[in-house]
Amino acid sequence: MKSGAQILIESLKKENVEIMFGYPGGQVLPIFDELYDSPIKFILTRHEQGAAHAADGYARATGKPGVCLATSGPGATNLVTGIANAFMDSVPMIAITGQVKTFLIGNDAFQEADITGITRPITKHNYLVKNVDDLARVIKEAFYIATTGRPGPVLIDVPSDVQMAKTKFSYPEKVDIRGYNPVYEGHINQIKKAAHLISESKKPVIYAGGGVVISGAYKELAELAQKNNIPVTTTLLGLGVFDSMSPLSLGMLGMHGTAYANHSVMESDLIIAIGARFDDRVTGKLDEFAKHAKIIHIDIDPSSVSKNVKVDVPIVGDAKLILTQLNKYVEKPDTKKWLENVEEWKKKHPLLYKNDNKLRPQYVIEEIYNATKGEAIICTEVGQNQMWAAQWYKYSKPRTFISSGGLGTMGFGFPAAIGAQLGKPNKIVFDIAGDGSIQMNIQELATAVANKLPIKVAILNNCYLGMVRQWQELFYKKRYAHTFIGGEYCPNLVKVAESYGAEGISVTKKEEVRAAIKKALSINDKPVFIDFKIEKEENVFPMVPAGEAINKMIGGLA
Amino acid sequence: MKHIIGVLVENKFGVLAHISGLFSARGFNIQSLAVGETEDPSMSRMTIVVEGDDRILEQVKKQLNKLIDVIKVLDLTKSKYLARELALIKVAVTSKTKQNVIQVVDSVKGKILHASDQLVVIEISDEKDTINSLIELLKPFGIKEISRTGKIALGLD
Repeated sequence: MKSGAQILIESLKKENVEIMFGYPGGQVLPIFDELYDSPIKFILTRHEQGAAHAADGYARATGKPGVCLATSGPGATNLVTGIANAFMDSVPMIAITGQVKTFLIGNDAFQEADITGITRPITKHNYLVKNVDDLARVIKEAFYIATTGRPGPVLIDVPSDVQMAKTKFSYPEKVDIRGYNPVYEGHINQIKKAAHLISESKKPVIYAGGGVVISGAYKELAELAQKNNIPVTTTLLGLGVFDSMSPLSLGMLGMHGTAYANHSVMESDLIIAIGARFDDRVTGKLDEFAKHAKIIHIDIDPSSVSKNVKVDVPIVGDAKLILTQLNKYVEKPDTKKWLENVEEWKKKHPLLYKNDNKLRPQYVIEEIYNATKGEAIICTEVGQNQMWAAQWYKYSKPRTFISSGGLGTMGFGFPAAIGAQLGKPNKIVFDIAGDGSIQMNIQELATAVANKLPIKVAILNNCYLGMVRQWQELFYKKRYAHTFIGGEYCPNLVKVAESYGAEGISVTKKEEVRAAIKKALSINDKPVFIDFKIEKEENVFPMVPAGEAINKMIGGLA
Repeated sequence: MKHIIGVLVENKFGVLAHISGLFSARGFNIQSLAVGETEDPSMSRMTIVVEGDDRILEQVKKQLNKLIDVIKVLDLTKSKYLARELALIKVAVTSKTKQNVIQVVDSVKGKILHASDQLVVIEISDEKDTINSLIELLKPFGIKEISRTGKIALGLD
């Protein structure tokens, strides 16, 4: 006979969980008591939101499911942003929450919240376990659901009396869920149709997203592109799935994508979408989007297909399996002239910034790229820092760019970097942050210091909530309502780092950038904050104004 | 256009909340929703009437199918089906009007569930239009209360 808490930990071990992130509390004491002498490494964050994002970052860096644990009520609700974030970006996550005792549920008991009700629309599935006999099966199902098909977070709510109740433990070998049978193999006729369209096309573009990362379809994607001379653009979450140094690479598309990616997509006669979902930040004005293009859409989630744009050839299934088949049937189209067009756009509208003697954020990112030779894992916060990190670091390997895409969660990057560093201890991990975002989960400095994690946080400090300020500048007559957070409104971030026992470096001049990055890279036993005091009103360009067609870009030098 | 969707789901708590939540979160317009056990007590059948064009309907079906507790989704309007609604209607009567009410109810094959000198309670199970016309016919007598179900339906294939 084992208690629910013992069953939980034993089940996690059966699922090869090596690490989990969380925070204790009244309704998870039996579980924490089991963790006391368990081989599972437990990372105590300083806020439950940090635990959820760290589990998310761990999952994105390693491909393994991330596990987080919190108590009932506020512990559980503090996970909510992290769960929603993982849901939007299809990240496999198991969130375990304590709950008040079964007989108290519904009584407004102390620290009670209906977390299964709250998280229903932001989880792939969730469970309230009322009987200890169900616990092992539920955990087995939860891991299966979280990691298969289109991955996503699954929450398991376990009342504390269930954690204490005893039963015989046997971990199920198989799962049997009659309502859940993800399709992996693409339909062969659809694949042949797609191959035919590609072979016939004159101006094809591959549009690759996060699904390629999840499926691990990099080689197959590279083969499709290189063998057939098809240019490749990626979404934000797709950065790294295709070598950005390749002449076929167009970089990122969409609102802050490259002009040449957007022009290519708009002028194309065939879009091959792979593991991407035609998000509004990518398509801009839908009626104008790639009017002359036929669309092939490869995705494991049928509900993503034909949701935003009408698709000519949908192929539901796993990208890697489908591309393997597709590569057998495609006959090389003649894209010589098309690639010349693309090359012209690249020459005419390169990604640019004013590289003068001022301290500009783009330069900082370029120097981080140079210093790390493109080998680092780059996490980002959300806003201008995120877009500069996307534009100016050259990604060539999958799982090296970790960013909150769908939900756009400020405060994600730093705890995600903690998860990524723990999952990939031999990698250099950077968090590209803004002065706004870093303050949203700055308490996780304690977690990073306690675990001796050498994360480098590059704070692009412009004294503003920069992306909102940029919109206010461009669309609200420079009325900077509540976006200034500098001067006396901003703490000394170097001292903040130092007070936690981390390293702090202040950079105010361009010529100090290289040395600061070099110093940060030499520190390997604690986190480093580098506070780059960048140009205050630098904007992210090019930019497609909200609701415009994506070839109607505005912006400075680009 | 209206569509009748049959959804077989796990008979568990929370499933109805999940499905109604999905409709409100995605802005799909539910006209009615009825749910009950099936021949297999571990499954419930929901009959959902939704309004929307083909594209919306496609999304409704796909989003429903995405839920783990949904076992099967059928668009009944795509083929032959039978559908019924149920209504209970409470009508005020006098000793004079009671017979007239009973005649009206008989004419549409409704049932008298309860009859006193002041009140008649009528049960009718039929298509929506028939129920609506019975209600119109009864209005002059004085309808006190109505309780109606959503549509339930079964495919014929």
